[in-house]
Amino acid sequence: MSGIRLSVPDTAAAGEVIEIRVLIQHAMESGFRRGSRGEVIPRDIITKFECLYADETVFSADFHPAIAANPLLTFHTRAVESGELLFRWTDQNGTVWQDTANLTVT
Amino acid sequence: MSARAAALAGLAFLVACGQAAPPDRLPASDTLDPLLSGSTFLTPETQALQADDFANPGFLWIDRGRDLFRSVQEANPSCASCHGDEGEGLMGVAARYPAWDTQSAAVLNLEGRINACRERHQSQPALDHESDDLLALTAYVAHLSNGMPVSVELTPGLQPAHDAGETYFFTRRGQFNLACAQCHNDNWGKQLRGDTISQGHGNGFPAYRLEWQSLGSLHRRLQDCDTGVRAEPMPLGSDTYTALEVYLAVRASGLDIEAPGVRR
Repeated sequence: MSGIRLSVPDTAAAGEVIEIRVLIQHAMESGFRRGSRGEVIPRDIITKFECLYADETVFSADFHPAIAANPLLTFHTRAVESGELLFRWTDQNGTVWQDTANLTVT
Repeated sequence: MSARAAALAGLAFLVACGQAAPPDRLPASDTLDPLLSGSTFLTPETQALQADDFANPGFLWIDRGRDLFRSVQEANPSCASCHGDEGEGLMGVAARYPAWDTQSAAVLNLEGRINACRERHQSQPALDHESDDLLALTAYVAHLSNGMPVSVELTPGLQPAHDAGETYFFTRRGQFNLACAQCHNDNWGKQLRGDTISQGHGNGFPAYRLEWQSLGSLHRRLQDCDTGVRAEPMPLGSDTYTALEVYLAVRASGLDIEAPGVRR
């Protein structure tokens, strides 16, 4: 199950700095833990997050094994034009989860 | 004295000790004043995480629970078709659980009720304990009662479970020989290693535990407590834990439901 939660304002004034929060459900298994039988639990992590807005990557982050499960990110961007914000998470195997939000700039 | 006689005398001594030793069941000493939710004992940061309806990771399961609640499986009714699209019919229900179910003549907690409902009205198999789906539905239903005080009514059917749960709570167990009451009644608010001991209430469950990095049920938490005193944990959904859940609910009467809680 990969749930995604997005917190993006519906509207913003042109030039306004808006806060964006994104949360994704992911185990972020570090690869350093062992199971009850002593076997290493294989690493399974998201390695890349990107936010695309107005034809630009406005925020991106590289994830490493020390990031907790269900990572929450808070970042800011400047509202420049009405349109879609795309949020994309990519894991170590290239699996992609994405979601979008619409922002109206007044 | 022959070796045999000495052995017998030793045995008699052991038996005498066994009789003279205090019973494992401690006297009931419920003096929780004031009654404090587990969230009281958290750091301000963790309290803020629980209070934030967006960042609280438990809401990932609430979202999923809402979807499941409304989803229709084959020709069967969805949860929402009886209980309302927003679960209106279930507001306050979690505060009254566990409850006696006359149809199965058993005590059911919220998980048990959800599974009973699936089998009886939706022709669906019961969901596994600690599966994401059962946690999601339980969290969603519990969340509908947020802010409502726990108020389990002790019906005649529920009384034996309550008493069994109370006995469990006050019985020493495990290699550490500790009863639940010794931490959660006698020493709450004090430090145990790096943590503050809570009063041991279940009003925030299912809860997102930072240690688990996941949502988990009260029964899973009880297993951790039993493991902590090096006792054999009971199975998830067992009658023993359900009985303890009844006792804990009565003990927490008046505390507001705050699901999904965030705990250490």
